Amino acid sequence: MTAYVPALTVDGVSKVFDVSAPWLNRVIERRPKLFVEAVSEVSFTVEKGTCFSIVGESGCGKSTVARLVTGLYKTTRGDISFGTGATGRPIRVQMIFQDPHSSVNPRWRVGDIIAEPIREMKLRDTEKETMARVRELLETVGLGADDAQKFPHEFSGGQRQRISIARALASEPELLVCDEPTSALDVSVQAQILNLMRRLQDELGLTYLFISHDLSVVRHMSDHIAVMYLGRIVEQAPVEQLFTAPQHPYSKLLLATIPDIQNPKRRVEAQTGEPPSPLNPPNGCAFHPRCPIAMEKCSKVMPELLHAAGHAKVSCHAVAEV
Amino acid sequence: MMAQPIAASKEPEAATPALDVSGLSVEFPSRRGTLLAIDDVSMQIAPGEILGVVGESGAGKSITGLAVLGLLESPGRISGGAIHVGGRRVDTLSEKELTKVRGREMGAIFQDPLTALNPLFTVGKQLVETIRLHSGMSKEAANDRALALLQSVGIPAPRERLRQYPHQFSGGMRQRVVIALALAAGPRLIIADEPTTALDVSIQAQITALLRKLCDETGVGIMLVTHDMGVIAETADRVCVMYSGRVVESGPVAEVIHNPQHPYTKGLMAAIPSLHDRVETLAQIDGSMPRLNARPTGCAFHPRCPHAGPKCSAATPPLVSVGVTRSACWLQQGGTQ
Repeated sequence: MTAYVPALTVDGVSKVFDVSAPWLNRVIERRPKLFVEAVSEVSFTVEKGTCFSIVGESGCGKSTVARLVTGLYKTTRGDISFGTGATGRPIRVQMIFQDPHSSVNPRWRVGDIIAEPIREMKLRDTEKETMARVRELLETVGLGADDAQKFPHEFSGGQRQRISIARALASEPELLVCDEPTSALDVSVQAQILNLMRRLQDELGLTYLFISHDLSVVRHMSDHIAVMYLGRIVEQAPVEQLFTAPQHPYSKLLLATIPDIQNPKRRVEAQTGEPPSPLNPPNGCAFHPRCPIAMEKCSKVMPELLHAAGHAKVSCHAVAEV
Repeated sequence: MMAQPIAASKEPEAATPALDVSGLSVEFPSRRGTLLAIDDVSMQIAPGEILGVVGESGAGKSITGLAVLGLLESPGRISGGAIHVGGRRVDTLSEKELTKVRGREMGAIFQDPLTALNPLFTVGKQLVETIRLHSGMSKEAANDRALALLQSVGIPAPRERLRQYPHQFSGGMRQRVVIALALAAGPRLIIADEPTTALDVSIQAQITALLRKLCDETGVGIMLVTHDMGVIAETADRVCVMYSGRVVESGPVAEVIHNPQHPYTKGLMAAIPSLHDRVETLAQIDGSMPRLNARPTGCAFHPRCPHAGPKCSAATPPLVSVGVTRSACWLQQGGTQ
């Protein structure tokens, strides 16, 4: 086994958003300022050349983590640091977004969309070299070199997602942050994009930070998984371990409720309850109102993310006591 | 293996089907010629049965649901076939007659519960209004029924909830209200178009379990339109797989999932990442579904099909029985040559 080389280290990162009403409303209605902690105390490292996934339901803060890592948001607390890249500088990061219809400029030709980062970062000396690189990138993602002259509307959803991948690759990143890259796509097209991403990882040695709510996609793609609930990581484990032996009650709930095509759990009593509002999180462990094994301690003390069986880290009093 | 047999004993012939669609075609006239969105689609739903209609975007599954409800947007129109709901033909009704049937005989659940509810009225008012419109009950009786409905869809503290507005409900609770509204007049058929797509998985499981329960208890037939094969596997009794406006395969859910006949269904099943084991590369169907204005001749799937032969581009295969399922592919009908 080679030494552990981190591509990304996230250390105790929190992000607080100001969601207060407008100033005048606050004054007239005498309402205080309102803050929501979308991400709290999140720490993880991503090893170079692997795929680290964050799963969770909507509102759990997984997309906020992606945006913090790419610098689209500033952290409120904590540090994000990158490993050393091939050239000795910190590795470059790029992002792929969910909706390929809104993440590419409809008025630009595909060639210009992909060439922009190359021109902007002066990665090639001449325009001729830039266009050669664009053609090369288009072929890498499975499109034709002559597609550079077309506009985004001439492509289907899957092809447009290929264009966004080509654009992300244009700046020669080593870490790709993918925020639900296949959620807007149909399954047969999703398979094409997932296969492409796996191939690119092998060929270019990319590291992925993969954000998704779809557990079957995550299982296919990742090496490590972190499960988030209400802004915190509740369990972090290697992919096989999380799927075969989940330890946190929320991970168990997620795995129990995901529709399973090969082995449907029809007519199983569905678990009740919904994620609480992040504006008003429960005391102690945020999951305790829905948790089947909640103890008195759970509503008072926030459990820490501790090492548990295997290589997992779990944030649960019940697991810690065993 | 399936954990338990699923409703294979139900005899659709025994009672009047909740829905009987035969040879339905829907077309959209446009400046550049008429686009055929639905081409010769037939399906039946027995009372108490859930029929899953699955397909990728643009396959025509939502249009089929809208055509049944009589909610096709102009210039879309039904150009052929017949639709019977509870034995009564509905596609020839006038808008006025249809308004009476819609709601009383058939209910609808759409993807986004927030747009299906009026934000300016309390949930109770919307329920009572719907109940009274279709049954002529007194206000008190309708109020009691609204309360019972909210209870039956699993909303805690229904009496307080009746006085609240839609924005005070969470997504899953809102979808339960929409289901209660669809059930308000005791319909025979519910068209549920992507009812869980906007919800999280743990909530999705609650809603699909609720649909199953209501189906068993009230005997309503449900047409569950979705792109998610997992939801179909967990919920439906039978499934219709649609591709480019036609049904390419239909049959009992377990059979279609574990023993698909049509090459498209086979490809679709193989393309879904497994929860149980990991493969290096997923099977993929290259290309994408043709647009309506560029549909290939013959079988619409043939440009993407690994088994395509000359016959596939020449003629459209009919939907015929293959074992317990029905499949529309020349492979099972004398070969593709």
